[in-house]
Amino acid sequence: MVPLNWYLILSAAVFSIGVFGFLTRRNIIIMFMSLELMLNAVNISLVAFSHYLQDLRGHVLVFFIITVAAAEASIGLAIIIALFKNKNTVHVDEMNEMKG
Amino acid sequence: MEQTMVNQAGFPILSCLIFLPLLGVAALLLVRRTNESLIRMVALITSIAGFLLSLPLFTSFDKTTYAMQFVEKQAWIPAWNINYHLGLDGISIMFVLLTTLVTILCVLISWNSVKMKTKEFYISILVVESAIIGVFCSLDFFLFYIFWEAMLIPMYLLIGVWGGPNRVYAAVKFFLYTLVGSVLMLVGIIVLYLYSGRNFNIVELASKVYPYDMQIWLFWAFFAAFAVKVPMFPVHTWLPDAHTEAPTAGSVILAAVLIKMGAYGFLRFSLPILPDASRAMTPVMMTLSVIAIIYGGIICLAQTDLKRLIAYSSVSHMGFVTLGIFALNTQGMEGGILQMLNHGIVTGGLFLGVGAIYDRTHTRQISDYGGVASVMPVYAAIFIVFTFASIGLPATNGFVGEFLILLGGFKASQLAGVLSASGIIIGAGYMLWLYQRVFFMETGQKVAGLKDVDFREMAALIPMVVLIFWIGIYPEAVMGFMHESVRHLLERVNDGSANGTSLTKNVMEIMK
Amino acid sequence: MQYYLLIPFLPFAAFIINILFGRKIIKDNAHWVSTLAVAGSWIVSVMTLMDVLSGLSVNQNLYTWMLSGNFKVSVGFLIDQLTAVMLIVVTTCSTLIHIYSIGYMHGDKGYYRFFSYLSLFTFCMLMLVMANNFLQLYFGWEGVGLCSYFLIGYYFDKKSASDAGKKAFIVNRFGDFGFGIGIFMIFITFGTTYYDEVFSQAAGHALTRVNFLGFDVHLMTLIALLLFCGSIGKSAQMPLHVWLPDAMEGPTPVSALIHAATMVTAGVFLVARCNPIFSLSETALIVVAMTGAITSLFAATIGLVQNDLKRIIAYSTVSQLGYMFLACGVGAYTAGVFHLYTHAFFKALLFLCAGSVMHAMGGELNIQKMGSLKKFMPITYWTMLLASLSIAGVPGLAGFFSKDEILWLAYSGASPVGKIVWAMGTLVAFLTAFYSFRLIFLTFHGRFRGTHEQEHHLHESPKTMTVPLMILCVGAVASGWVGIPHLVGGGAHFTEFMKPVLGHAEGHGTHAEEWMVMAISVAVGFSGIGLAYFMYVLRPELPGIVTQRFLAVHKVLFNKYYIDELYSFLIIRPTIWVAKNVLIGVTDARVIEAIVNGVPSAIGGFSRQLRKMQTGLLHNYATITAMGIFIIAAVMLLRNW
Repeated sequence: MVPLNWYLILSAAVFSIGVFGFLTRRNIIIMFMSLELMLNAVNISLVAFSHYLQDLRGHVLVFFIITVAAAEASIGLAIIIALFKNKNTVHVDEMNEMKG
Repeated sequence: MEQTMVNQAGFPILSCLIFLPLLGVAALLLVRRTNESLIRMVALITSIAGFLLSLPLFTSFDKTTYAMQFVEKQAWIPAWNINYHLGLDGISIMFVLLTTLVTILCVLISWNSVKMKTKEFYISILVVESAIIGVFCSLDFFLFYIFWEAMLIPMYLLIGVWGGPNRVYAAVKFFLYTLVGSVLMLVGIIVLYLYSGRNFNIVELASKVYPYDMQIWLFWAFFAAFAVKVPMFPVHTWLPDAHTEAPTAGSVILAAVLIKMGAYGFLRFSLPILPDASRAMTPVMMTLSVIAIIYGGIICLAQTDLKRLIAYSSVSHMGFVTLGIFALNTQGMEGGILQMLNHGIVTGGLFLGVGAIYDRTHTRQISDYGGVASVMPVYAAIFIVFTFASIGLPATNGFVGEFLILLGGFKASQLAGVLSASGIIIGAGYMLWLYQRVFFMETGQKVAGLKDVDFREMAALIPMVVLIFWIGIYPEAVMGFMHESVRHLLERVNDGSANGTSLTKNVMEIMK
Repeated sequence: MQYYLLIPFLPFAAFIINILFGRKIIKDNAHWVSTLAVAGSWIVSVMTLMDVLSGLSVNQNLYTWMLSGNFKVSVGFLIDQLTAVMLIVVTTCSTLIHIYSIGYMHGDKGYYRFFSYLSLFTFCMLMLVMANNFLQLYFGWEGVGLCSYFLIGYYFDKKSASDAGKKAFIVNRFGDFGFGIGIFMIFITFGTTYYDEVFSQAAGHALTRVNFLGFDVHLMTLIALLLFCGSIGKSAQMPLHVWLPDAMEGPTPVSALIHAATMVTAGVFLVARCNPIFSLSETALIVVAMTGAITSLFAATIGLVQNDLKRIIAYSTVSQLGYMFLACGVGAYTAGVFHLYTHAFFKALLFLCAGSVMHAMGGELNIQKMGSLKKFMPITYWTMLLASLSIAGVPGLAGFFSKDEILWLAYSGASPVGKIVWAMGTLVAFLTAFYSFRLIFLTFHGRFRGTHEQEHHLHESPKTMTVPLMILCVGAVASGWVGIPHLVGGGAHFTEFMKPVLGHAEGHGTHAEEWMVMAISVAVGFSGIGLAYFMYVLRPELPGIVTQRFLAVHKVLFNKYYIDELYSFLIIRPTIWVAKNVLIGVTDARVIEAIVNGVPSAIGGFSRQLRKMQTGLLHNYATITAMGIFIIAAVMLLRNW
């Protein structure tokens, strides 16, 4: 039986990779993947806790997150494609239309 | 304070007065916008109907009681104890009549001068009328606040759309200035509402006792709203801009009725609801009034713009009004209320007059005029009546009001009386100088060959002239309405409330 | 005797008719309406005088004008001896001047307007003298001021005329400022503004002291002096005399009616009417006497050197008004009113004669450009000569009796300043005689100094103008005969008649002293005339030499002691400067507007700074979010630690 801590450490590591990737990379697709990593890190810990506490609500939540992430991914990718068509780049530093 | 609920008119006359202009608006919406003559006729008929409908107020008002009359009361939002509650007493009745009259004159004077968006213009005028009547009739604080704010929107449009070159600045300034004050008043209203056990009834609120320090806070909250509207020194600077940029009808409404709402607010809310604070703040208010009188007057001496000069003279005249009100004696207060009416008539008349000549010359610069009396004798004769009423010559209404105010002010504080009496010297100075520069001396280039006032303009100007002399020679015609209400109000203010003096005194001692 | 109501309301009706219908319908017939109305008033006034002579009096309220708490005031009428005399003065002068104006204003484009103003003026003046309370007095007071404004500025397209009208009104407002506060004090003290109630209570307050603006003052002195402020303005006394000479911009009949015979004497009337109050304050009386005496002397000295025909007479009016105040100030109210009454005739006459001269000279006013007019306009000459003799105090004429009575009562009365003001009055009598005859000699004698064209046009005025001159001349000669003192065998009827209202000032002196005072005043009068004859007829080169010798003095006198310039420098210019540069420039623009516009712009500025955080770069947002999370996590961890 793998102890809970290991799962949590894995989850934290995956999450940190996601955060680090999100902050350091400039390619918007990679950033998007980092975002997905972070979501999956959360999923890992939710499933781990669910098993540990013998509470199925955690599983349910994970299913929701996966669904939402799928929807998000599709919309997000669509936006990225649209942006690419407009800007001809996936480099985020060149996307500063929201500058105040 | 037990109020008998009476409505001697037999039908909801006040509601009719408030909603009649809106009916006119509905009718205007149905008219094709290119059919301008029909638009004007609908507006004129609506305003005349409103005036005729308001006349029964004048004839069937019971002058022997201070109680609210023509009362209507319907539950509106029972959950919050909000009522649709209307009524008039001797203080407010005259302003309803003045509003309905002035609306007619505004429609008449704008007849040819408004050429753009005519339909929207008359809609705005009628909505303003409706809201102002609502303000003077409301006996429910919530309802009052709605009308109070509702009035801002059409007025904002009148200035901002049909105004002069700098109209947007003036309109925004007007709107924000008054809004800031109103918001503070809203806080005050909510405090009163919660303190009094969820009650918005103005008449009932005015018979309760409130702790002294709360009264002081509320007084300043209300002051913010009312002083801006009056306008008192030092929150007067929106007025010259708004008056100057507004179209003639807008200036007339502003001068004649809108700024009366501030002084009315003091009379209806500050004094009866917060009597102890009002008494305590009398020195401050009188000082501000005296400053306004002298300050506004002296500034007039250096004005080069016709409308701006009259606007600043309003500051001075409204200083007289607040001085009289806060003298807290019969002469001062009755003079103050009368002077509100007088100022509405006289300054309204002055703006009507300026509008009439502005339509011809399209200039507001005093230096562009000169010798108007030679080319427009009838107009000059009418204008000099307004001028001398503004100066306060006996036999005009201005004298009666100013004399009573100064007498009351002098009784309350000799210094205030003496200082503000100097206002009559300054007043003569700037008004006569204005008259000289516009009407006398050699005929200016822009003036030569102008046509004298026509029938329509006479119809707009003559009612004011008649009122000036009527009130000047027989002031009792309007003062008769206010005696009882003023007596009652002064009792409330000067005696505190009968059952609550001990509490109040305790609080006051603690404060010391 | 209800018909007395016709006295003011006939002219009022004429005013209404003329102002409403004059321009389009009545036009050149306006004089009929006004003149008939005022003549009607005159007839009723005479009837009223008869009633008063037979002992009747009226004190009646018409309707309540103002009512506010315990303040109640009516439109009401009081007719007693003083009112009756004033009614006669006002309606007589007014009627004659109306008739005169028919000729004088003939062909003027504002003909109807002129007559409506005259009627309105007559109405207001009558309301003033017939009032039975202070408020109605104030009504008339301001009303005549209004008409004065209109009539001075009658030729409104001339800047100087409209300036003068405005000046008259505003300067009067300074006086009315005090007058108004006086009325407040009266109401606060007595609880009423009706004469009878105020005067009957006044004696009870003889010793009362009150706090006024922090000063402890004698109540009656305070009230009297405040009322006197009004008099100073209306009767053009120092220091508010500046408007009257300028008022000569108005048509000459106006100068005669308003600025000589009636309106300007309202101040004297006020003091006389309020004699129960003034008599209770020695201080106030001294102030009145000294103001009168100083003004009288001051104006007479200016009159010596002026060249403008009407201005000389205007300064003469100021001077004679000072005489009346001098009389009131020594307690001789009757003498003051007597002089008011005689002065009305001879001064109105002087002005109308001046008008007649102007008419002939085509509007010329400079007496240095006249001369030898005697042979062209004999009626004008003789009437003006008689008026000048009257004002100079030649025995037997009206001015002699009234002036003599003033001087005698000043000399012998109880007033502490009596002797001083008597001496000043005597000096003024000398100066008056001198400048009056300087005017006569320069205008009517010698050779003509105008242009040939003017000389060609010289002619006597039409009948409508000369007949009033002759009637007024009768007044200027004979009006004094009702008050011939006992000393010279007269009945002093005027004094007796006025006694119930104005009391009776007794002179305390021997007959010898009384003869002496009279002799001195006659002597100075004749020597004044003689000196004028010497300087302007016998030795016409002399005035130039004297002027050269005393150039500085002449300059000061000629420029009226620079009082106008002083006021302009001290009051008008600083006020406008303050208005422009302090109130508009600093307070409104830099303080209030700075706050008003400053708050929104401060918020806007702050927002502009805040906007810079919005870089639009996703990484910045992400970094900040991450840092935020770390900080929150850190805080939570450390807190539980």
